[in-house]
Amino acid sequence: MNFVRLTGRVSLAFLGATGRLALFAATAFSHCVRPPFYFRSIVRQMIEIGYFSLPVVGLTAIFAGMVMALQTYTGTSRFSAESAVANIVVLALTRELGPVLAGLMVAGRIGASLAAEIGTMRVTEQIDALTTLSTNPMKYLVAPRLIAGVLMFPVLVLVADIIGIFGGYLVAVYKLGFNASIYIQNTYSFMEVGDVVSGLVKAAVFGIIVTLMGCYHGYHSKGGAQGVGTATTNAVVSACILILAFDYILTEIFFAQ
Amino acid sequence: MTESQPKIRIRDLHKAFGRKTVLNGLNLDVGVGESVVVIGGSGTGKSVLLKSILGLLEPDRGSIEVDGQEVIGMSTGDREEINKKFGMLFQGAALFDSLPTWENVAFGLLAQKKATRAEAKDIAIAKLAQVGLGPDVAGLFPAELSGGMQKRVGLARAIAADPEIIFFDEPTTGLDPIMADVINDLIVNVSREVGATALSITHDMASARKIADRIAMLYGGEIIWAGPTGEIDGSGNEYVDQFINGRAEGPIQMAVRA
Repeated sequence: MNFVRLTGRVSLAFLGATGRLALFAATAFSHCVRPPFYFRSIVRQMIEIGYFSLPVVGLTAIFAGMVMALQTYTGTSRFSAESAVANIVVLALTRELGPVLAGLMVAGRIGASLAAEIGTMRVTEQIDALTTLSTNPMKYLVAPRLIAGVLMFPVLVLVADIIGIFGGYLVAVYKLGFNASIYIQNTYSFMEVGDVVSGLVKAAVFGIIVTLMGCYHGYHSKGGAQGVGTATTNAVVSACILILAFDYILTEIFFAQ
Repeated sequence: MTESQPKIRIRDLHKAFGRKTVLNGLNLDVGVGESVVVIGGSGTGKSVLLKSILGLLEPDRGSIEVDGQEVIGMSTGDREEINKKFGMLFQGAALFDSLPTWENVAFGLLAQKKATRAEAKDIAIAKLAQVGLGPDVAGLFPAELSGGMQKRVGLARAIAADPEIIFFDEPTTGLDPIMADVINDLIVNVSREVGATALSITHDMASARKIADRIAMLYGGEIIWAGPTGEIDGSGNEYVDQFINGRAEGPIQMAVRA
């Protein structure tokens, strides 16, 4: 009987958490499209999420592009298809590595800081204080972060695509001895708008996931420093897992025939 | 509106967390312009009472009327309107640490678009002066202030929008006795200047005696005694006597084992 009880309890907890998250998301989205808007907060969050993530995203992308070129070369040289390096690098980066790696890195950076900031506001009663000052905390805290996430993630991924392809170019030309102009020409001719756009759409979805997870876990944290710590961990872990899951779902939607 | 209508009227308020009943049929009236202090031990539900009035917690059952208007179960929009009548001083001040002091004080004004940023800053500096802080504090961030100064800024924020009702959540907790008395004086003076009704919760009897017109004792989820501050020593209620004299022996048994 204990097994049945356990199964029931786990299922109920899971469904409860899913429901709470769905309600939170619905409320948050509705505040994103209804005035008043806090433009000052939105701009501040865009700088925080977009501009200050550039070093992390840039470094991730350049190494990803370099590894991609090297791996593709060693892999394809087994059947003399080295000329595909430019093709594969551009495809892999724009479709997958750009959005996913940038998403995961920014999930660690932004998801954690959002959860910690909002969680601390919760346990120090600052969120209650907002309500008593006739300010809706969902509108004031959560909506600007969601909007900034949706807008800035595609920009970050676009930067990651460019830097990543440049990383691949560096390795291909200076280490593997490709002809620079032919490599660039190959890159250019294989690049398709659809690939880039699908990556940017993924990025926007990941932006929602990361900011939503950070805000949700922070908003519902309780019990002081330890609670904020737990919220931060949960925000990052859940954001990373959801990014990978939605990456598959979106790929299925975009590319599966 | 009749003259006898209380500012806040609470009837039969119930709230439980899981199996733990916190409020069990609480009744309380707070008259217009009156300062009522609710006393009671830790964990007796004083904060729950305050949060229920503010709409931060949803009571299970009962009625809370503000100016004759039922506030339980009202929509978010109406709640924002009602909350404009309120000012609240939180126990830990709850200042927004990302904003400088003056923006903290002026937050309600800016949020309600009652003032431009320049006007709001002037009002904030005036309110800071009212709680004894100079204009040099306006540009500092909350983390740069001492505990007593944070309480003062919290008080300035609570009165910034000229509220009709001010709530004080343990205003003297965590302060040294002298600073506690300074804050008590400020609460009395400021409430009088603004002409606001005040509802405070505390377990500090010195504070309660100083700021209250009327004291109500919360025990077992109900108000077991309420009366003018001068009568509390002769209440004849053994629960009240035990609490105000701070005796471990008596009818109130503290749950030592949590």
